[in-house]
Amino acid sequence: MKIYRVNMTEGEVTTEDVKDAYAALGGRGLTSQIVADEVSPTCNPIGPKNKLVIAPGLLSGTMAPSSGRLSVGAKSPLTGTIKESNAGGTAAQKLAKLGIKAIIIEGKPADDKLYTMTVNKDGIQLEDVSDDLIGKGNYEVMEKIQAELGEKVCVMSIGQAGEYRLESASIAVSDPEGRPTRHCGRGGTGAVMGAKGVKAIVIDDSDAPGVPIVDQDRFKEASRALAKSLLDHPVCGEGLPEYGTAILINILNESGGLPTENFKTGRFEGADEISGETIADVISDRGGQKTHSCHPGCVMRCSQIYNDKDGEYLTGGFEYETVWGFGANTKVDDIDAIAMMDRICDDVGIDTIEMGVAVGVAMDAGVIEFGDAEGAIDLLEQVGEGTPLGRIIGSGAGFTAKAFGLDRVPVVKNQGIPAYDPRAVKGVGVTYATSTMGADHTAGYAVTSNILSIGGEVDPLSKEGQVELSQGLQIATAAVDSTGLCIFAAFAILDDENALPAVIDMLNAQYGLELEADDVTALGKSIIKTEREFNIEAGFTKADDRLPDFFVDEECPPHNVKFDITDEELDGLYNF
Amino acid sequence: MKVTVRLFATLKDLLPKDRKKVLVELAEGSTVNDVAEHFKIPQEETLIIKVNGRSADKSTVLKDGDRVGIFPPVGGG
Repeated sequence: MKIYRVNMTEGEVTTEDVKDAYAALGGRGLTSQIVADEVSPTCNPIGPKNKLVIAPGLLSGTMAPSSGRLSVGAKSPLTGTIKESNAGGTAAQKLAKLGIKAIIIEGKPADDKLYTMTVNKDGIQLEDVSDDLIGKGNYEVMEKIQAELGEKVCVMSIGQAGEYRLESASIAVSDPEGRPTRHCGRGGTGAVMGAKGVKAIVIDDSDAPGVPIVDQDRFKEASRALAKSLLDHPVCGEGLPEYGTAILINILNESGGLPTENFKTGRFEGADEISGETIADVISDRGGQKTHSCHPGCVMRCSQIYNDKDGEYLTGGFEYETVWGFGANTKVDDIDAIAMMDRICDDVGIDTIEMGVAVGVAMDAGVIEFGDAEGAIDLLEQVGEGTPLGRIIGSGAGFTAKAFGLDRVPVVKNQGIPAYDPRAVKGVGVTYATSTMGADHTAGYAVTSNILSIGGEVDPLSKEGQVELSQGLQIATAAVDSTGLCIFAAFAILDDENALPAVIDMLNAQYGLELEADDVTALGKSIIKTEREFNIEAGFTKADDRLPDFFVDEECPPHNVKFDITDEELDGLYNF
Repeated sequence: MKVTVRLFATLKDLLPKDRKKVLVELAEGSTVNDVAEHFKIPQEETLIIKVNGRSADKSTVLKDGDRVGIFPPVGGG
């Protein structure tokens, strides 16, 4: 395994051996450690001192089921904290097969040129593509590159938002059909890539050596055991493939935790129109795909392909948070309009969650009316056009609120709060407040025990047990994010005692290690401590581990609950 | 007494066609299990049950005007 270092100031690529300290790290564990080791916590995130670190997970590129997650790390332009954002698509598997532990992109070109980085078995080549690709959206970028280099290459690219260095810019990762439906969405890593002058990273794994495995037989056995755990789990094996992630719309609505009208209530009267059940019916009627893998070898296949009214492809990877953000949060109940917003975000290269929250804020501030789907589509198109209003929206929910003088701003550490009201789903509220990433549901997905009866039951409306729940999940998630496994594997890990041992067995068989369950917990703790230390050096204090005032002061109907977990209780999350 | 029942995901096919919710008349003291039997939900099915938006189970006793939501195991995020 090797690490490539790409210096964009000099236009030079060097190859490095993997340090001993990095050998057992992958995914988030590796990106966060490299950022902590090499990036000044006080640097400007879009300046030359920031670095963009790309790493496949420890199991990526093997036959391990659902192990194709790619991690990208940097200091976040949106939050100012350390950031890891991960995505599906085909990049992680191809990088791992090429023997690449990580790619570190540093410096900044002196000119305003844009480059592609082609990664293949021979190394990395930079090419000036300013004339061809400047100002292009992700769909066109990927089509052009695949027309030239073949459909099998993976493309990671930025759209216009990344070129503008907007704080909610994402990095698109091509799916198995070569489309930009998978994104490292959160935290503005696309702005960092844009600041490095990199428009696209093309990964060609032709004649790649593949991933070495110390004990093949043991690995295969463990891999089959995890696949069985996943397929036997009712959510991983049945619910996700049948309905996709938007199946959550109805259960969050029923539970009174579906944030509606910029977090004014927990129920949306149009919920059924945007539910996973409705989406699955529409997809079937129009000849789309209800079930789709975002990367080869995923057994959960929760992705989808959504066609328009004429049966033509419109978008894919149409997730619960996106449907919520452009649906309930903005009071839009037109699923085709929501799908179009998803398509625009994928093309322009902006985080759908941040945009859903920002558009909700813009509506609350009176820029457009709640429920105005056409107005929302126009705002997102303006992000791509780079109009002044578009640049405000594209800079995220916090920036939009400041620009329009709004005090109800659902952000933590300036990152938009996603699709679960923290007053009615208090466990995930703890995660929003305390995560090293800013408001991030995936960092400690307490929705499991709060709402879904996975991993036990913790009453979502009571403060009892929420800090402990979030703490355990945040630690476990940091470790899972290092393996390349999809976070949804955690559903099986939480409910099936055979699942985690299977994961540990795979790691041991692949790397010749003797890890035990305690080592996994220790890894998770160590990652979070590394990230938190970076944030402290960047100037963050416990005062930043808080929810916005209105969650503490305003009741959320229908349960009429406030966020009542005290500051001291939140601070207890870091007692480990 | 009357309760409003919503069935979701794979269970929605047990509702009358094109209905999202139905009003069900039950004897006083009825439980969620009586609702499950009314819709012929197989007893072995694992269910997630919400009554008035709060977590409940089959033994939960219902009262007039309750809102009952029944799901198979679901997840995402």
